[in-house]
Amino acid sequence: MGWPKVLSCAAVLGGLAPMASATEDLGDADAGKAVFAQCKGCHEVGDGAENKIGPHLNGIFGRKAAGLDGFNYSKSLKRAGNSGLEWHADTLSAYIENPRAFASGTRMSFRGLKVAQDRANVIAYLRAFSDNPRDIPEADPTAKGTDRSVDPAILAIQGDPEYGAYLSSECTTCHQIEGADDGIPSIVYWPDEDFVVAMHAYKQKQRPHPVMQMIAGRLSNDEIAALAAYFNNPE
Amino acid sequence: MTINRRAFLGTAGAIAAGLSAPMVLAQGKPRVVVVGGGAGGATAARYIAKDSKGEIDVTLIEPSRTYYTCFFSNLYLGGFQELSDIAHSYGTLAADYGINVVHDWAVGVDRDAKTVSLAGGGSVPYDKLILSPGIDFVDGAVEGWDISAQNKMPHAYKAGSQTELLKAQVLAMPEGGIFAMVAPPNPYRCPPGPYERVSMVAHVLKANNPTAKIIVADPKPKFSKMSLFQEGWANHYEGTVDWIGEDFGGGNVSVNPDAMTVTIDGEVTKVDVCNVIPAMKAGRIAEMAGVTDGNWAPVNAADMSSKADPDIYVLGDASQQGDMPKSGFSANSQAKVCANAVRGALTGSKVFPAKFSNTCWSLIDADDGVKVGATYEATPEKIAKVDGFISQTGENADLRKATYEESLGWYAGITSDMFG
Repeated sequence: MGWPKVLSCAAVLGGLAPMASATEDLGDADAGKAVFAQCKGCHEVGDGAENKIGPHLNGIFGRKAAGLDGFNYSKSLKRAGNSGLEWHADTLSAYIENPRAFASGTRMSFRGLKVAQDRANVIAYLRAFSDNPRDIPEADPTAKGTDRSVDPAILAIQGDPEYGAYLSSECTTCHQIEGADDGIPSIVYWPDEDFVVAMHAYKQKQRPHPVMQMIAGRLSNDEIAALAAYFNNPE
Repeated sequence: MTINRRAFLGTAGAIAAGLSAPMVLAQGKPRVVVVGGGAGGATAARYIAKDSKGEIDVTLIEPSRTYYTCFFSNLYLGGFQELSDIAHSYGTLAADYGINVVHDWAVGVDRDAKTVSLAGGGSVPYDKLILSPGIDFVDGAVEGWDISAQNKMPHAYKAGSQTELLKAQVLAMPEGGIFAMVAPPNPYRCPPGPYERVSMVAHVLKANNPTAKIIVADPKPKFSKMSLFQEGWANHYEGTVDWIGEDFGGGNVSVNPDAMTVTIDGEVTKVDVCNVIPAMKAGRIAEMAGVTDGNWAPVNAADMSSKADPDIYVLGDASQQGDMPKSGFSANSQAKVCANAVRGALTGSKVFPAKFSNTCWSLIDADDGVKVGATYEATPEKIAKVDGFISQTGENADLRKATYEESLGWYAGITSDMFG
């Protein structure tokens, strides 16, 4: 299939001006092009883009995670895709903010874009290389969507590892404490913040797995912090 | 110490742990006795031993030296697992966790003296007793069948030699033969189990004996994951499975093991294999201990303690707790809540609120896995369902394959959680 012609940034923004004024989430594609310089070492986008160290990013909006034939994705990202993860503005934003927190075993060794505006900008830039809502009504809107990053106050909670040890017994029915990674991913020795962000992504139904959405859905902020504290360094 | 030392059998580790234990016991450590070494009992024993760090003396009474998990035994029937893949021993629980593993039958409970008597002689004293005996069958539940007929018409609902026998019978079916199943009424162990079994038998027949048929006589109008199984049977095994539910007389069944006939709603059929899964009740020791009411043992949701005796706890299939299905996952989940409460009662360690969960995976055909699950909480009346999910019909093949692979990961996880 042929990719839609690369639209000029002015055309993209111009076409959506009414929406842009209604939402401040829309990034600046020009600024995003500069942000994309950090991604170019591994990813190509635009005319003739091919898979390199990372997959090409043409048509990424609406694509299933790990959805390109011929690219060797991590088990973790394939699992997420098979469980229903698709790339849209909100999921992309969560992923590039902290790739490992979003897909534990991803091969994308990128520390993440911590500044929300940088993420919005680079997503607006990438948006031009996917089907455009101006041409195809059912295509993704360009707006970035809700920022679902975790409140710093939640990240600051000090978890109680003893409580975490008790709660962990619910996890170890499936996830092995020795860290085996067959069919079910390892959850031990994660940095606390990655663990908390991942669990809140399930709680908010942003990560797709139904069992994890159910388990995380009823864990309180304190309980998630307690689990993070325990699994960070289980005895 | 009244236990008969000859009752300590099993691995070198078990013997070492058993023989060194009496010295320690004499010092008056609190004693927990666990009857039954499955998903409930083995997990409870391991967690109490692990988390009390030697403060509690734990004895596990389980007659089998090799335990075959009932979960995944259908995958053995279907050829997706070897029997050795679902076999587990108690060596690690004895050697690494210091649990006294006693391979014997518990044959009685003296609740006043607080002792459990063993078939091999002697008795074991307890401060807290945890019963996790699984299921037994209700006498006379299927007309014409009793336990003496199990070698002609196997139940294969306790894994091991019965499962091997059923598999051998399926493989020996004549071309175009008939496999019959008499399905159980609610409640019973592993709600999707009979239907996963039908799927696995159909898988084997499709490869070896494609003109053979399967008849299921079911006393229920519907069953667990029904739409998923029926979709799968239509997609993978079209025309093979004839499910006769309550509406069509599936509950009006008798069998004749000598003639190998099944009579469903008056119609007699000669069959080649007949898998009779009778109505179930709590494992016998629960009744002997006097903690059952009807077929099951009622428990308090907060800690799995018996409603009849605060020093006895009942886990897993044998318990009557409310909304959780009788599954290995449920028993494992209940065991951890119970272990936390028992440890708190005996050593004063902190007791955290009960949380329960369950997920059941089933395999319909190669790489076609489905699942159902829920979370639960303790209420004053029962264990009550909070939230749940189920696989959907029409899911894509990648997701079904991922679900199956996930079930393999879960099996490795739960068995290491049970046996160390």
